[in-house]
Amino acid sequence: MDKNRTTSKVQELTFEMKVKDVMKRNIATVNPTMSVGSLRDILQKKRISGVPVVNDDKLVGIISIEDFIKCIEQRDINALIEDKMTTKLVTLFADESLVYAVLKFEEYGFGRFPVISRKDKKLVGIITKSDILRGVLNKLETVYHDEEERRYRASHIFNDIVADDVFLKFQYYVEGKNFDKAGEAATGLKKTLYRLGLSPEIVRRASISTYEAEINIVAYTEGGKITAYLEPHQIRIVFTDKGPGIPDVEKAMISGFSTAPGWVRELGFGAGMGLPNIKKFTDEMTLTSSIEKGTHLETIIKLSDYRNGE
Amino acid sequence: MKLIEIKEILEADVPTGKYDSEMEIEIGCSSDLMSEILAFGKPGSILLTSLMNIQVINTANVADIKVVCFVMGKIPNENMIKSANRNDITILTSKLTTFESCGRLYKNGLQSCSYQDIDK
Repeated sequence: MDKNRTTSKVQELTFEMKVKDVMKRNIATVNPTMSVGSLRDILQKKRISGVPVVNDDKLVGIISIEDFIKCIEQRDINALIEDKMTTKLVTLFADESLVYAVLKFEEYGFGRFPVISRKDKKLVGIITKSDILRGVLNKLETVYHDEEERRYRASHIFNDIVADDVFLKFQYYVEGKNFDKAGEAATGLKKTLYRLGLSPEIVRRASISTYEAEINIVAYTEGGKITAYLEPHQIRIVFTDKGPGIPDVEKAMISGFSTAPGWVRELGFGAGMGLPNIKKFTDEMTLTSSIEKGTHLETIIKLSDYRNGE
Repeated sequence: MKLIEIKEILEADVPTGKYDSEMEIEIGCSSDLMSEILAFGKPGSILLTSLMNIQVINTANVADIKVVCFVMGKIPNENMIKSANRNDITILTSKLTTFESCGRLYKNGLQSCSYQDIDK
C-alpha cells in the first residue's frame, strides 16, 4: 500500500465511522454534590483524567484532574464538585462522524468530550483522542483482513467479472491403476473449493462424490481426467476416462453390485457403493458408457444459497 | 468426549503429528470399507479402522473426519502421517481389536453414526 492510499483510506474511515463506534461506554460518573476529595479514588483506580458530572441522568458538567489538583493546592478538597466543575460543556453527539470529532479536538484542545445521544441528550459515553486512534487502527486491520479473504472468494470473482457467463475451471488428471495417487484430485478440489469460500457442506459433498468417481477411474480404467466447473449457481464436474467402459450401466448403479478385482477390495473399496454414493451426494448425476469410448460421468451440485449465504 | 479421554480409553499412542487433547469428539464410526465411511461418516467424528493404506487418510479428509484410530496394533507409514498432518487429521494407534475399541468408546458414551442416515 502506498502512502497516499493509506491516508485516503484513513480519511475515508473517519468519515464513515461514528463517535459511538470508538467511544468508551460504561464510564465512571460523579454526582455534583460529592466532594472533590472523593475524586481521588475514581481518578486513580480508573486511570482517567476527567469525569463527567451527572445529575438525574443529565450531564451537568465535567471535572478534570487539573480541577482536582487546583483544589489540593488551595487546600479545598472538601468543596463540592458542582462548585469546581466546568459547566461550559462542549459535547459530541453519538451519531456524529469521527472527522467532526477530530475537528472539535483541534478547535478546543480538550483531552476529552462527553458524548450524548441526539434524542434525549443523555450521556452515553466519553471520547478521547486515543479512542479515535485505536478505533481507526482496529478498523483498518479488519478492512485489510476482509480484503485479503475477499480476494480469493469465488463470489467476488463472479461479481466483478463482466461477462454473460462466468465459470472457473479446474482440471485434474488421474492415473489408471495407481492407488498411491488416488484421491489427489478429490483432495485438491476440496482445498480449492474451500479456499474459494464455499460452505463446508457443499465442499464435503463435492469432494466425497469426486473421490468415489476418482477411485473408479483408478480402479477400472487406464486413466482419465476430472474437470470441475464452478459457476455462480452450481458446481458441475465431468469425469471422462479412456475405457474400457461399463457393460451394464443399470446393473452398476445397484447398491452392492461390484465387479471390483481383489486388489481394489483390499484397499477398502469395491463393495458396490461407489456409484450409489455419488448419486447420494450430488443433485444430478448422468452416466453414459460404451465399451469403445469409455465412461462419461457428469455430476451437478446446486449452490442455491451461495450468493446469499456468503 | 475429549480426545484425551478417547486416547486413554483406547490405550492409544499418538504418532508424531497434530494432537489437541481438548478436542471434542461426539460421534464414532468404524469400518474397513471406505465407501461406507463416505456414505455415513459424520463431519468431526472419529474413524476406527484396521485398514491400513493412504486411502484411509484421503477418506477422512474428504469426509471431514478429524481423528483416525488404527486398531489391531497397525502402524501407519510415514507417508500417511505426513498426509494426515497436512490435512489437519489426528492419528491414533491402538493395540485393541476393532470390536473392543468400538465397544469401549460406546460404553463410555460416544455416539454412533446412525445407519438410518445412509439413505437420507
